[in-house]
Amino acid sequence: MSSGSLVGSRIREKRLDRGLRQAAVAETVGISPSYLNLIEHNRRRIGGKLLADLARVLEVDTALLADGAERGMLDEMRSAAASLGDQVEVERTEELAARYPGWGALIAMQARRIAALEEKSRILTDRIAYDPQLAGSLHEVISAVSAIRSTASILVGPEDIDQDWQRRFHENIHSDSLRLANSSEALITYLEAPEAVLEHSGSPFEVVEGYLAKSGFHVASIEDGADPAVVAKEAGLQGPAEKVLFRVLQVYAGDVAALPLAAFEKTARTLNYDPAAIAQSLDARLPQVMRRLAQLPPSHGHPPMGLVVCDASGALIFIKSVPGFTMPRAGGACPLWPLYSALSRPHQPIRMDVQMPAPNATRFLCFALAEPVGPVLFDAPSALQSMMLVLPDPPESATAPHGVGLSCRICPRTACNSRREPAIGGVGDKTEL
Amino acid sequence: MGKRVLLIEDEPNIIEAISFILSRDGWTVHTHEDGTSAMSKVLAMPPDMIILDVMLPGRSGFDILRDLRGHEVTKSTPVMMLTARGQDKDRELAMRLGASLFMTKPFSNEEVRNHVRNLMEA
Repeated sequence: MSSGSLVGSRIREKRLDRGLRQAAVAETVGISPSYLNLIEHNRRRIGGKLLADLARVLEVDTALLADGAERGMLDEMRSAAASLGDQVEVERTEELAARYPGWGALIAMQARRIAALEEKSRILTDRIAYDPQLAGSLHEVISAVSAIRSTASILVGPEDIDQDWQRRFHENIHSDSLRLANSSEALITYLEAPEAVLEHSGSPFEVVEGYLAKSGFHVASIEDGADPAVVAKEAGLQGPAEKVLFRVLQVYAGDVAALPLAAFEKTARTLNYDPAAIAQSLDARLPQVMRRLAQLPPSHGHPPMGLVVCDASGALIFIKSVPGFTMPRAGGACPLWPLYSALSRPHQPIRMDVQMPAPNATRFLCFALAEPVGPVLFDAPSALQSMMLVLPDPPESATAPHGVGLSCRICPRTACNSRREPAIGGVGDKTEL
Repeated sequence: MGKRVLLIEDEPNIIEAISFILSRDGWTVHTHEDGTSAMSKVLAMPPDMIILDVMLPGRSGFDILRDLRGHEVTKSTPVMMLTARGQDKDRELAMRLGASLFMTKPFSNEEVRNHVRNLMEA
């Protein structure tokens, strides 16, 4: 059974938990009790505004009602399978997760842990190869050892050596041994503190996203007018992550000043979370509206919305994933995302109805826009960034949605012209696209 | 007077030890400690071979080697690279730039003497 088909069961469970009658809930959200009954028994698919309305009535996060956790887990399980190539029955991932959810969660957790450890390993390797402090310390030690070895060999060799030279070489060995002691001590001190280095492991963007994810990417203190510098400092992040967080919060504070929460929330609901309509209604800039939509408080019953930002190279520098639309930082995302199309058409908003591959075949409405950031100067390249807002389960449109994926390695669209690398074995072999 | 070896190295005690063993073997050893002015030193009195450290103040041994191989006077002069870093990529770079030999610290005196003798007689 597809994980997405269990939304109704969760709605029923939450309604019963709260002691609400089916008829009362149905009336509040404007549907008939019989229709709600069909939903609760997983006989009607549900998403978008109705799911958000039910979440609001049941006072739960929309993402909790949707099958976010399971979908994210399935994506992680498929990514884990990618590391073993053809040896894993990827086409049976959902079956495994449905029958053994505990094992599925374990696989996903282990995959995350392995990725984190690999990142730490990469940092340590880079540190050994490129750290100037370590290279300097090692150079000092090896130079002193070389001098001592060469000088001592002369002294113990069979040839007679003049007394003045003997005295000179003894002094050299003495001075080099002192130097060796000092440089060894410095090296040991340096090597004894790897944890300090590893605290900064993971890209600063991931660290910042981890921090923001704890509050659903809604920072109440910034909404209340707090100083971004103070909030960033109090977050307890270190090094580059603190600086990245400060920059993110600075932009956040600017967005709050331009679009205060209460009025924005009301307009967003009224205009069904359409960023273009909201921007027009509030006379606001589209990128600010897109960011504000992704910053809406998750406990207020809004539909889950993802946001991803990339720079001109396509590197993802901000990720707020949405259930079913995992955004992989490592290994490269799907080149068919409108996020990347926007890079070649700066200032031109792109609205695109997209669909993930079967078996989930989940649909999303994407809004993308690329614009220069920072100063725009003559005779100097502009820093271009592209942003994409992702809304799940849009209403059916007249035209067929564009087929996209998450990442080539786990994408079953074998005939895709934009494919970078083959999919792992099992993906796509038995899947109808 | 024996053939001239120019030792370009910034560690004074290594300079003293290598100078001593090579002089004892009959080579005339000149020394220089700075990377920036190394090429001028070489051209002022072209040696028969050069022992060149990689990590020098001012300019790396790799850059100096590149200049040596690009200059008419020194393009064929035997050059033995000396470094505390024995990584493959350094060795590959040195050989690609035209080094005759690559020796890593810490080295044995016999190793230095044999290599110098072989390069001078080649």
